Amino acid sequence: MGLRTPIARVRGLGASRDGMGHWWAQRLSAVALVPLSLWFVASVAALAGDGRGAMIAWIAQPWVAGLHVMFIAALFYHAQLGVQVVVEDYVPGDFARVATLICVKFVSALLAIISILAVVRVATGG
Amino acid sequence: MESSSRPLSPHLQVYRLHLTMVISGLHRITGLCMVIGLFLLSYWYVALALGGDRYASLQWLFGSALGQIALFGWTFCLFFHLCNGIRHFFFDAGIGTEHATARVSGTAVAFASGLLTVLAWLAAYMLQGGA
Repeated sequence: MGLRTPIARVRGLGASRDGMGHWWAQRLSAVALVPLSLWFVASVAALAGDGRGAMIAWIAQPWVAGLHVMFIAALFYHAQLGVQVVVEDYVPGDFARVATLICVKFVSALLAIISILAVVRVATGG
Repeated sequence: MESSSRPLSPHLQVYRLHLTMVISGLHRITGLCMVIGLFLLSYWYVALALGGDRYASLQWLFGSALGQIALFGWTFCLFFHLCNGIRHFFFDAGIGTEHATARVSGTAVAFASGLLTVLAWLAAYMLQGGA
């Protein structure tokens, strides 16, 4: 232990230990979600009354399927980043906090993968 | 650090409720409400892919009174989180962080998200008589 605070802690990563990483990832996914979420809600609301066939015919188009995959990826990524901050704020104790975070990350990854696979299945006509 | 006798910083209950505090809290609450919806969104994609009774029962659920109320709530959550998120982009750029400006932009976010929610539902009903 020197007399000075290790400069890496001061300048590089800070208390969160991941520096700007979380902040930047949250903003990047937010920028993607501004148009994607509006597009999703408007399109699905417009098609909702027409039944499953119309919805499938729409999603089966490659560019629409691609946008859905992009939407799902950005959405679940952004959501788990947000929940992470809430967990870090309100779950006391290192063990409980880390365990909760691991659960949040795994569950959101699983839901995202399931959703993307469902889109792929619709897009490939399975 | 464990049993420090240093004074603790005052928490929420000491302060008068400010609009900016409410907006900030609502940002987190609306985000968490939408997280609940993510489970249903995931199931919606699965039901769409697999078809059968799953999709029909989801359509029934969303068409029911409770489903419509939930969808309306999620619409508001989305618009609020979206509008306030854009407000935060300005904060990130160092714009509008003064108290008076933040209060005005916070009020604008509240009104805009309420108005957008109502307009979106009006549009949905006028286009096809129900969303």
